[in-house]
Amino acid sequence: MKLKATFAGLATVLAIASTPATAASRDYISIVGSSTVYPFSTVVAERFGKTGGTATPKVESTGTGGGMKLFCAGVGTDHPDITNASRRMKQSEFDDCQKNGVKDVVEVMIGYDGIVLANSVKSAEMDVSVKDIFLALAKDVPNPNGTETLVANPYKTWKDVNPALPNVKIEVLGPPPTSGTRDAFSELALEGGCAKFGFIKAMKATDKNKYKAVCHGIREDGAYIEAGENDNLIIQKLEKNPDAFGVFGFSFLDQNRDKVQGSKVDGHAPTFDAIADGDYGVSRSLFFYIKKAHVGVVPGIEGFAKAFTSEAAWGDEGYLADKGLIPMGKDLRNKVAKSVSKLEPLSGKEL
Amino acid sequence: MSKTTETVRKTLRKRYRAERRFRAYGIASIAVGILAVVVLFTDIISKGLPAFTEAYIQVEVVYDADTLGVAVPASEEELMSANYRGVVRQSLYALFPEVDGRREKRALGDLVSSGAEYWMRDRLIENPSLINKSETVWLLADDTVDLFIKADDEQREGSRLNDRQREWVQTLEDDDRVEMRFNASLFTHGDSREPEQAGLWGAVAGSFFTMLVTLGLSFPIGVAAAVYLEEFAPKNRLTDFIEVNINNLAAVPSIIFGLLGLAIFIGLFGLPRSVPLVGGMVLTLMTLPTIIISARAAIKAVPPSIREAALGLGASRMQMVTHHVLPLAMPGMLTGAIIGMAQALGETAPLLMIGMVAFIVDIPGGPVSPATVLPVQIYLWADSPESSFVALTSAAIMVLLGFLIMMNTIAVVLRKRLERRW
Repeated sequence: MKLKATFAGLATVLAIASTPATAASRDYISIVGSSTVYPFSTVVAERFGKTGGTATPKVESTGTGGGMKLFCAGVGTDHPDITNASRRMKQSEFDDCQKNGVKDVVEVMIGYDGIVLANSVKSAEMDVSVKDIFLALAKDVPNPNGTETLVANPYKTWKDVNPALPNVKIEVLGPPPTSGTRDAFSELALEGGCAKFGFIKAMKATDKNKYKAVCHGIREDGAYIEAGENDNLIIQKLEKNPDAFGVFGFSFLDQNRDKVQGSKVDGHAPTFDAIADGDYGVSRSLFFYIKKAHVGVVPGIEGFAKAFTSEAAWGDEGYLADKGLIPMGKDLRNKVAKSVSKLEPLSGKEL
Repeated sequence: MSKTTETVRKTLRKRYRAERRFRAYGIASIAVGILAVVVLFTDIISKGLPAFTEAYIQVEVVYDADTLGVAVPASEEELMSANYRGVVRQSLYALFPEVDGRREKRALGDLVSSGAEYWMRDRLIENPSLINKSETVWLLADDTVDLFIKADDEQREGSRLNDRQREWVQTLEDDDRVEMRFNASLFTHGDSREPEQAGLWGAVAGSFFTMLVTLGLSFPIGVAAAVYLEEFAPKNRLTDFIEVNINNLAAVPSIIFGLLGLAIFIGLFGLPRSVPLVGGMVLTLMTLPTIIISARAAIKAVPPSIREAALGLGASRMQMVTHHVLPLAMPGMLTGAIIGMAQALGETAPLLMIGMVAFIVDIPGGPVSPATVLPVQIYLWADSPESSFVALTSAAIMVLLGFLIMMNTIAVVLRKRLERRW
């Protein structure tokens, strides 16, 4: 008897499993993509679900690249409707989308995110330049004797890098290479500093791969510690070790001002206004992309885009600003909101 | 005295010492284990306990129809989208009439959680007669206020509240308008990005459906495989090969099963992402070896005399298995199944691959609605920037540990109660 019952149970489970109808319709929006945009996307999703009368969108944090891959895999409710990105869609990704029949993609720029170099509030605030950051963290640096050659990074303390900086051992906790934050940090801070050296900059024209390897290569001798994707962990470690620095997104600095402070970069502290104005150099734009073919098929996509681009959300005093998103200027906001309401797709030439 | 006795006597003390040392090593090992558990538990419990209470602020609200923007009597649609924010803020302004200016008013309004608005909406929809009346209610405080109230003086220094807000909270505290209550939403709500509204119930429901699918699939398959291998299969190279592979499978890192699930269940069968059904199927693959191995051990433990007696009295082999071997082996098999389930309950890695690491607010209604599970919820909260999530993470760990301890206790009790010794 018991055995019969278990077999019946098994049969039911298999019957549910083999019903393909479950995949054919979906009444909630499926969002994938960047872990940097995730905190903002989820807040909008939650509020949208509570007020919109539709189901709350599902937001997955897959990373920008992973999100693009899922997003561009095809049209149909098996595939996500929206992908978040902490950088602009690449040409190759756009082509991939086109190849798989995802013809019309609407780009929505939502604001900025700053990447900060922060330390514990217990120690002194530091004022560095992107050049200092490059010299402190790159794998190979220009020879300190002034010749135009590269040597393995010899610097042990910040003072070695720049006599104006404190005599503290270089110890930086930051994200691993799989992270979008790391990509942006390499691109904006390291490459920014690296391009200050004429002979390396000249390399860009002659040997692009070498240039990239030099400018994006982070030292592996223990001065840069990969701390995983968990930024809270980095903050805990900074609290315990006042000499260490951490690299993470502005929203974490903003939420933990009682524990950590952001270093000035090129004379500008990572504040809300400095990032919005573009004075603070280590910042990037955040985006999400809508699959136009799904608008009208999956309910609520237009409403969600409208909620995201409303002043109550992304405005100067909107709830996303409370969560650490740095708003764009009013004019740009209006422009983006207008193009979103018309659902103007990318032509592919902008990228 | 013979020579041997002399040698023995000489070394006796040394041997006693060695014996004592040997025991001390054992005790020391256990002490290290217990110490690790104690440190882990004190850390988690001390961090997690504050999350079980949350602050409420007492105000007198006036459900003014004009502020709400509804007609009297109001229709349900109107009530769904009425301006509760305005009513909540009005009630705060009434407490601090001296507050003036947009910026200040905004700062004052930020003391109360946005959850208070949804609470008010539900209350008015249930009791529409309250419109244009006033009442004294406790509103859920914002998480920064909650943290500030829970903090000691030193921690208060670093609070995210500004100086004016601190004064207001201080005044509210002095007037006894602040109360700590049990955080019921932790056990009734789904996930939220506002720490004071975030709950575990969605994850618990997701875990439940996932476990249901896992149990429904892995137990019958596991038992059937074990019975066949033990009672019917011939002993040859093929069955040896299968046995080796089952043991191998038990040692495969769980993330591999996730990749397999992504490729086969989602890629090939076209099942939706992020649903307990697929999660349960993936975890089935992971727990099957555990269940098969323990079920085989339980079947082996049934003495051959029972089988021979049944066969001798004319039972067929199937009757022998279903009437005698299975019932006798059941406690052992159930124990194995529960331990396998406990393992599956704590698993995150394979679920990463199939999209169960997602922000899901709505409580899942069945095995095909999107869901997340308890350990994934812990992972997501641990990664959230708001500092109140630190306490919530530990609280969620406590709940998960509670479930695991419960399951393991059931396994032990089952074994003790039902186990038969021959």
